[in-house]
Amino acid sequence: MITIFYFAGLREAAGKPQEQAELAGRTVNELLEWVRNQYPNLSLDAVRVAVNEEYALPEDVLQAGDTAALIPPVSGG
Amino acid sequence: MKAYEIVTEPINPQLYADYVLRPEAGAVTLFTGHVREWTRGIRTLYLAYEAYIPMAEKMLAKIGTEIEEKWPGTKTAIAHRIGELKIGEIAVVIAVSSPHRRDAYEANEHAIERIKELVPIWKKEIWENGTEWIGDQRRKPEEGETP
Repeated sequence: MITIFYFAGLREAAGKPQEQAELAGRTVNELLEWVRNQYPNLSLDAVRVAVNEEYALPEDVLQAGDTAALIPPVSGG
Repeated sequence: MKAYEIVTEPINPQLYADYVLRPEAGAVTLFTGHVREWTRGIRTLYLAYEAYIPMAEKMLAKIGTEIEEKWPGTKTAIAHRIGELKIGEIAVVIAVSSPHRRDAYEANEHAIERIKELVPIWKKEIWENGTEWIGDQRRKPEEGETP
């Protein structure tokens, strides 16, 4: 199991701040595919993924217990 | 307070200036970013900020480390507020001290640029006739889209 976090517009569009999914052993790219299938109306353009609070690469592999956050374009400041 | 933090209460900038002040510092730059009412003709009523708090604090600390490597002898503190903020309130404070003023100015500007690239914080603008999560540059009201 991994935990997926949704923020800002993604949280509103998904209708939830987080959920669990059986994606251990899959890549970050496969995670994005999974999310795209679950929520076809979610806009994932320019979304980055952070695994365990660090920006991850598309080919990074998820481990059981990881947290994966979908980070839409940021707008702090 | 912490040197790099996400807060929910109003920010007192003096705390951060005091934190970075040291006997060897001849300059402190203190930047405060405020909620602006008008953006190219669109009136904002208030803003709502959200953050991925643990990662945001880590990224703020990473910016501080970058600054201390690029401008040796500087000391930095950064806080960003989340939740609902009214017009004029402080959303972000950046304090940098250095032996001489040039480094403090340059490092301070670097910090705000990096915050806007890197730190997982999101701003929702609330207007009289709608709302929008800001982030996608193509959908900013100043780019011509009607809110």
